[in-house]
Amino acid sequence: MGGTLKTPLTKTKKTKRDNTFIRVTKYSGIRLLSLFFTVVIGVYLTIMIANMGGYVDKIMKGQIRENLATSVRNDPNYQKMAPSAKAKYFEAQVINAEKRLGLDKPFLIRSLRFLWNSLRLDLGQAQLMTSDSGSKTVKLIILERLPSTLLLMGVSNFVLFFSTIILSLILSRKYGSFWDKFFVAASPLSAMPSWFYGMFLILIFASILRILPFGGLIGSPPPKTTGEYILDVLLHLILPASSLIISAFPARVYTWRTFFMIYSSEDYVEMAKAKGLPPQTIRNKYVLRPTLPMIITSFSLMIIGMWTGALITETVFLWPGVGRLIFQAVGMSDTAVIVGTTIIYAYLLAFTVFFLDFAYALVDPRVKIGSSNKA
Amino acid sequence: MKGIKKVFKELKNYPTAIIGLVIISLLIIMAVSTVIFFPYSKAKVLWRGDANSSYLNPINARPVWTNIFRKDKWPESFDVDFLDETKVTREILKNDTDSSENKVITKMTYSFDYNYGAFPQEMLIYFNSQFTNSKPFVEVYVLTPEGRDIKIMGKGITAAETYRFNQDMKLEAKLGEKTALVGLFSTINPKDYREPEVAKGTYTVTIVTQTFEKDNYVDAHLVMHGLVYGLAGTDHKRRDLTTALLWGAPVALLFGLLASVGVSVLSMIISAVGVWYGGFIDSLIQRITEINMLLPFLAILVMIGTFYSKSIWVMLGATILLSIFSASIKTYRATFMQMRNAPYIEAAQTYGASNSRIVFRYLIPRIIPLLIPGLVLSIPGFVFLEASLSVLGLGDPVLPTWGKMISDAYSQAALYNGNYYWIIQPAILLMVTGLAFAMVGFSLDKVFNPRLKEQ
Repeated sequence: MGGTLKTPLTKTKKTKRDNTFIRVTKYSGIRLLSLFFTVVIGVYLTIMIANMGGYVDKIMKGQIRENLATSVRNDPNYQKMAPSAKAKYFEAQVINAEKRLGLDKPFLIRSLRFLWNSLRLDLGQAQLMTSDSGSKTVKLIILERLPSTLLLMGVSNFVLFFSTIILSLILSRKYGSFWDKFFVAASPLSAMPSWFYGMFLILIFASILRILPFGGLIGSPPPKTTGEYILDVLLHLILPASSLIISAFPARVYTWRTFFMIYSSEDYVEMAKAKGLPPQTIRNKYVLRPTLPMIITSFSLMIIGMWTGALITETVFLWPGVGRLIFQAVGMSDTAVIVGTTIIYAYLLAFTVFFLDFAYALVDPRVKIGSSNKA
Repeated sequence: MKGIKKVFKELKNYPTAIIGLVIISLLIIMAVSTVIFFPYSKAKVLWRGDANSSYLNPINARPVWTNIFRKDKWPESFDVDFLDETKVTREILKNDTDSSENKVITKMTYSFDYNYGAFPQEMLIYFNSQFTNSKPFVEVYVLTPEGRDIKIMGKGITAAETYRFNQDMKLEAKLGEKTALVGLFSTINPKDYREPEVAKGTYTVTIVTQTFEKDNYVDAHLVMHGLVYGLAGTDHKRRDLTTALLWGAPVALLFGLLASVGVSVLSMIISAVGVWYGGFIDSLIQRITEINMLLPFLAILVMIGTFYSKSIWVMLGATILLSIFSASIKTYRATFMQMRNAPYIEAAQTYGASNSRIVFRYLIPRIIPLLIPGLVLSIPGFVFLEASLSVLGLGDPVLPTWGKMISDAYSQAALYNGNYYWIIQPAILLMVTGLAFAMVGFSLDKVFNPRLKEQ
């Protein structure tokens, strides 16, 4: 009797495992494909906008002619040529220059080639911008700006992330206390963007008190020893980082506190309290555990957000990061750089969205990948 | 109607909401009266400048109210037309019109009190005269409170001529101070001989004109550029900043309201349509949302502003388009999904209600309570977005706005040069606007979502 019972049980277990495998593979395949198409369309849209539907080409062609006209005029050989030869020589130079920049092909073809290159992360050459070391390679331009953005966004985001979560956990337990009410009342302060706080911080600490620098990454002249250099960078970091933290802090605390409060008023938490479990256990296993998906989402979106930097805050503080790079690239209508930053951001976001689905399933047993009842 | 009354009744319990509502109503009154009493055509002339009014104002003058905090008051700006009989005494010293010489000598005097602790920025006299061949001759004297009678200038003038005290090198050399006006307004016996000090009291400006032809006349216009001006001060282009402060209100409110209403209503309708029709439309909306979330919002706005147009309407349209397909559409979708199979919808279907009727009469009205707090809460974001775009140099080139003021101040290094008023005034207005909407929004959120309510 026991033997006959055993076989069907193992069989169902096995098919179940197979089903899970097929389901997950199928799901991730479809999901990857759809995300990839999303990235393709998003990047192509960016290319179209950044290129003004081909209008930038006309501007660039005009610029080429103008620049060549001045450079050719200074050429002594050119000055000796006959007028007809001059015109011929000039046109040949223009065609050469247009070929060099790939402007001789129609826009549609160029945009598709641009898309293909971008998707392969071959970001190409910048049209006008150069990195501080003089390179025109987009990858190098972006890489050069990346460390300062990562420093600024990393410091401010990590401080923000952990401080708000810890504070709101404490607040959610001291519901209705003075500090709880204080932070609830302070939450509208986040309506103001970080550059706005930055302005006031500059006003107070740079203009009036004159104890912190107005902006930039390092002072001038740059300090000689490495220790002093690091210290100087940190000094310059204080104001932009605090403006980013201050502006986001109240709203984050409010959201997390409300979130934790909803989760700590669940029946199972009350049950755990009634059982007399220590508060430590209740916090870690009954409140934090179910909120883990949300915490993971927030953390990963924060990591992605670090990439693009804070466009306006970096501009206001003259911080040489990716955000300011985007702004400068747009100002110089350098399509290659704009698309370069967008494509990396898009890829990162898409991958994060993809892996988040799995992360949810790992931390939350209620979520089943690829099953239809998942919201 | 009943619902709105109930909401207001509940809002009364939140002091922050009342403060917010009061501020919003004040802002609306300010915006409406600005549009009515200070029409855009007038503001445009003042803001973009014209030849006649531009030189009357001082450069970078602080607002008058800053004098409250100063022990030694800073001079206020004024201007006086010497044809104005109420302020200027006019005396004809000689009238030879009957003889062949036709010589007329007129003496005009104007007195003003100068009890300030600082020297003026600049003083100018605009001369306007009419003559056929012989130029009129003009002499200017200033009598200081200490009794010094200083001859400022004396020369034949053309039809329109401007005399600037501080640009007169001869006068400067004669008075022997850093600038001509410091020499003119300083006392003979300063407390500290190294520092020039203002001689307080009444100054008298005397202009003596001589004309040599029949029916000639000379008019003089005295302008004093002080260090403070008007309610809000002036900027680097001598523009009165009250223009931008007043006109910033309607622009900010309009941008914030239109953008938030446009975004919330459109995304609500789109998600309702998507949920109701389902299938292809729904998944299309989902895909568009995902694509849109991949696009860097601000970078695209900056691109549109730089490449296409900086007009506030284009920016508003682009903002709405880019914000419709965002995370909020997913929230609405989830809510609509729950309602989709509700019995009352089924009932409507059975009695033959059309699809559009179900979407607009049965689905959407149910979600409005959820929509309103979000709508109000999103207003500050859009108000600040307009300011942010201006700070990036992408503000509407024609409109005077708060963000524009901050942007100008930034490009002129106002914080570095100590012109704090230039940034603080629009910043406070922006802050007050943003906070007011945020306070009302948070309270509305508690009213509509009782789960957040404090017990």
